[in-house]
Amino acid sequence: MTTTTSSATAVAPQKGKVLFARTPALTDTVTNYCPGCTHGIIQRLVAETIDELGIEGTTVGVCPVGCSVTAYDFYSCDMVQAAHGRAPAVATGLKRSCPGNTVFTYQGDGDLASIGMAETVHAATRGEKITVIFINNAIYGMTGGQMAPTSLPGQVTQTSPYGRDIETAGHPIRVCELLSTLDGVALAQRVTVDSPKNVRAAKKAVRKAFEYQIEGLGYTIIEVLATCPTNWGLTPTAAFGWLRDNMLPYYPLGVYKDVKAGEGEK
Amino acid sequence: MARIEVDMNYCKGCGLCVDVCPQDIMQLNSEIMTQKGYHPATCVDQDACTGCTSCALMCPDVAITIER
Repeated sequence: MTTTTSSATAVAPQKGKVLFARTPALTDTVTNYCPGCTHGIIQRLVAETIDELGIEGTTVGVCPVGCSVTAYDFYSCDMVQAAHGRAPAVATGLKRSCPGNTVFTYQGDGDLASIGMAETVHAATRGEKITVIFINNAIYGMTGGQMAPTSLPGQVTQTSPYGRDIETAGHPIRVCELLSTLDGVALAQRVTVDSPKNVRAAKKAVRKAFEYQIEGLGYTIIEVLATCPTNWGLTPTAAFGWLRDNMLPYYPLGVYKDVKAGEGEK
Repeated sequence: MARIEVDMNYCKGCGLCVDVCPQDIMQLNSEIMTQKGYHPATCVDQDACTGCTSCALMCPDVAITIER
């Protein structure tokens, strides 16, 4: 970023080693996410992976509807906007027409796990060589906090004011477990970004997914447990506490499928 | 000793860097207001910074640059 280079030249005599700076695959645009929203962390991890692998010029991202839709403003690579839930279908077309490109989708839980479930499952079972970054924050964020397919039992949302009732609304969907049963999936892993240690682990997982795609191994999905402080009604810090107390027990972290490590490994 | 620079243009004052800093040297500066109306994070003791980059790793707005 420009500030980094200008400050580096300002202290010219002692050339400082940059330990951390904004990665070039992110544009200079300020994100329009709420303060403390973990979307920003996850987008940075994807951008850093793109830069590390040197694939910015051949990468195409697909963003469907939800808070994730604005991501096309934040990446330097080409971005395509898809209809609600249809990102895997659009990504399939992009990848098949230009097999040399790296194609990723960036989808929320209200998008991927509800209206886009058919596209998601079929793209996975076809083994499309795309990478799906799945943001699971157990709620519809952009539309104001309605119950999502991933909302937890008893979770209070705008449309479940007495808590999610599993008798009428059913059980939350565990996407990684579901997709790991399909043969076309090369990597299905669930990570979170609630601490520096977990952020580093998430980065490794994202990079692995991109590498698997480049090697042509098949469909890769990284599910990231994220927070939505605004719609959960919590501070960013308290939201991480809620994530650890409520989401982690229901959505255990781990590798659910990895074709290189053998099936069934966790 | 490392130097932390927070870009006021990006910082939204969420405080995640304040919570994660092992040295407790990040604070939200209530005397400054950014263009978007947030109190930005600042490093109050640059000498104490070990350069662990925890604050930058947790910053959702990628506002932090760290140099040694």
